[in-house]
Amino acid sequence: MSKLVKPYGDTQNDGKVQLSFTLPVEWSEAADEAARQLVAKMGFTDVAVADGRRIASGFSFFVLYASTPQAVDVESIAAPSARAGAMTMDEVDAFVAERIGRKIRVAGACIGTDAHTVGIDAILNMKGYKGDYGLERYHSFETFNLGSQIAVEELVRFAKERRLDALLASQVVTQKGSDVKNFTALGELLEAEGLRDRIVLVCGGPRVTNRLAGELGYDAGFGRGTLPSEVASFIAVTLAERLRRAERAEP
Amino acid sequence: MELRIDRACVARCRELAAAIADPIETFIATHSTVAVERAVLRLLGVDGVAADEVPLANAVLDSIAPAAPVDGVATAFGKALAETGLEPTELARRIATGERALAEFDGTPVAAARGALRPYVDEALRAIGARRQERSALLDRLGQLPPPLLYVIVASGNIYEDRTAAVAAAEAGAQVIAVIRSTGQSLLDFVPYGPTTEGFGGTYATQANFAIMRSALDEAGEKLGRYVMLTNYASGLCMPEIAVMAAFERLDMLLNDSMYGVLFRDINMKRTFVDQHFSRMLNAFSGIVINTGEDNYLTTADAVEQAPAVLASQFINEEFAHRAGLPDAQIGLGDAYEINPDLEDSFLYQVAQAQLAREIFPNAPLKYMPPTKHMTGDIFKGHLIDAMFNLTSVMTHQTIHLCGMPTEAIHTPFLGDRALALENARYVMNAARHFGDEVVLRPGGAIERRAHAVLADCEGLLERVAAMGLMKAIESGLFADVARAPEGGRGFEGVFARGADYYNPFEQALSTSVRTAPNEKVTA
Repeated sequence: MSKLVKPYGDTQNDGKVQLSFTLPVEWSEAADEAARQLVAKMGFTDVAVADGRRIASGFSFFVLYASTPQAVDVESIAAPSARAGAMTMDEVDAFVAERIGRKIRVAGACIGTDAHTVGIDAILNMKGYKGDYGLERYHSFETFNLGSQIAVEELVRFAKERRLDALLASQVVTQKGSDVKNFTALGELLEAEGLRDRIVLVCGGPRVTNRLAGELGYDAGFGRGTLPSEVASFIAVTLAERLRRAERAEP
Repeated sequence: MELRIDRACVARCRELAAAIADPIETFIATHSTVAVERAVLRLLGVDGVAADEVPLANAVLDSIAPAAPVDGVATAFGKALAETGLEPTELARRIATGERALAEFDGTPVAAARGALRPYVDEALRAIGARRQERSALLDRLGQLPPPLLYVIVASGNIYEDRTAAVAAAEAGAQVIAVIRSTGQSLLDFVPYGPTTEGFGGTYATQANFAIMRSALDEAGEKLGRYVMLTNYASGLCMPEIAVMAAFERLDMLLNDSMYGVLFRDINMKRTFVDQHFSRMLNAFSGIVINTGEDNYLTTADAVEQAPAVLASQFINEEFAHRAGLPDAQIGLGDAYEINPDLEDSFLYQVAQAQLAREIFPNAPLKYMPPTKHMTGDIFKGHLIDAMFNLTSVMTHQTIHLCGMPTEAIHTPFLGDRALALENARYVMNAARHFGDEVVLRPGGAIERRAHAVLADCEGLLERVAAMGLMKAIESGLFADVARAPEGGRGFEGVFARGADYYNPFEQALSTSVRTAPNEKVTA
């Protein structure tokens, strides 16, 4: 079954969207018209310039409303979430005690030159985020927060030395694709070191999605608003499943 | 608007800050670092890079490693100047290529070295003094819009794109432009060279980039009829060298905190304490306003809980700044609007904290940082939170106001984002310009109670720090929940104890001139 939807202004299927952007031109009525034509060229109809003004010499800012003729079939879209089925801290501790029988060793870091530890701290620090305790508080985790600006090589060396079960790589800065480059480098190095299969590899950051993580070959990706218990649950369940399969594979 | 704070408690906090700084000052006086010595070389005129892009200042220092330069580099360099008759940069170049070595001139008398250094020392102080006077003259002639001074960041990675963005922002009302640095730069133990067009999350701080931006802003300032200030970052492993470059290129402000690098960049604390002192001596002499980094306590931990730590850090930063010769008018103590917006009465807490700082540090150009932690990507709500921040800033008379961006947490600001942010600040601040002067805070009310509690807790925290000693306190994680070891972290290998014959020609000159310099008002 398909369900086609369009943006909703005040009437079903009116396709109304708002747009705003800057053009590198001095403001004039012709600049308003240029903005309108540009949006029409994008395929929008009923384009109206709500506001156009000068913001600096040689630059103008516009707010427009327009309709899109496009629609999408929401039934055909799958965006798997790694956040589903999260347990509470106590549940995770009980689950790990029963299914794994030892502490899970996990390290997190802001990799590359990224210095923004807000995300990784929210997940790992005892204090946690939004009243949800961080992994350091769990009985079932042994946690290493390596902090900011950690080279990929250093993280992999650490994973090897400490025989980690899980790695959390965080990237906040996304300028010029630096996040994707760093995530990719980490995945490739783990692969080259033969560690990839036994480590639950997770990435996080405000622009990270689980879909992106999948494309990068990670086990999961967590974006903005993620709670520590969601990450803890994912790691615990994934690791338990992996250990179970490894056991079965042994003769 | 007044909080009726406990003045005796404020006085005790200052005494405690002094007690905390005392042992650190003793440490500073008996140590130097490779960054301080490189700053000395730069002040003497050593500029440029050797092969492989190694700055000449680094090459000279490296040429005397691995032995620690316990007597400082100046005497050895001065001996070589005296014997060779070369200019500092040319001498450094020859040392870098291995054609010359400082060890060759060991036998030269110290007096000859000092005599050879003298003209270069005088020239550096003259040049920096001239830049300072230039600033004063421009501020007199062009002036500034009234504070809060609207401050925005440019950060494209390309200095030429930054220049376009900076001029556009100045036209849209920005009074201070900061070129944020490439994220890795604080950990580089050298300063990159020349104009740069690539960086991550920011643009490299180089002397050439400083000059490019300075001249663009001077030009914009003449057109707009008001002086536009320029800011960069004297933090990380090259604090003193950045301070030298900023002095030569007439930057007006520098981010410069006594503990930030230790806590948030894992830079060795001893390195930081020594480096911040010499860089602040330079800032004092060059008339540069420092901006301290207390906002970081709030972004990395709960903002309500961390309020006493912010105030404690402000007291400590003030004390260290005074000891480096900085007058109040050059100490831009930091704070930030980071309390969870969903918390009932969050605005009251923000006003309490901002007003508290204003009353305790009445002559400091306070630097107020915008909400970042609770910005989600919802630009509409973000714009609204920024408006509340703008209102708090104008009503509590903050001096330096970093404009919040609606697109915070999405991308480094677009040109249009900056224009919207500046428009927001200009509207709110104009509409509420004298609001703070009209309002009387209810005695014993929620705002006053909160301020009193923060001050009392700050005193308690300072007492604990004073009892333990600052290094031990940092080691125990008393600040921002971050624990750092006195000999851990980056850059420790570049710290050394001064020998009996240690000599830094600028230290003496700066400490005397700083004390006698007129305490001019830097901001409008």
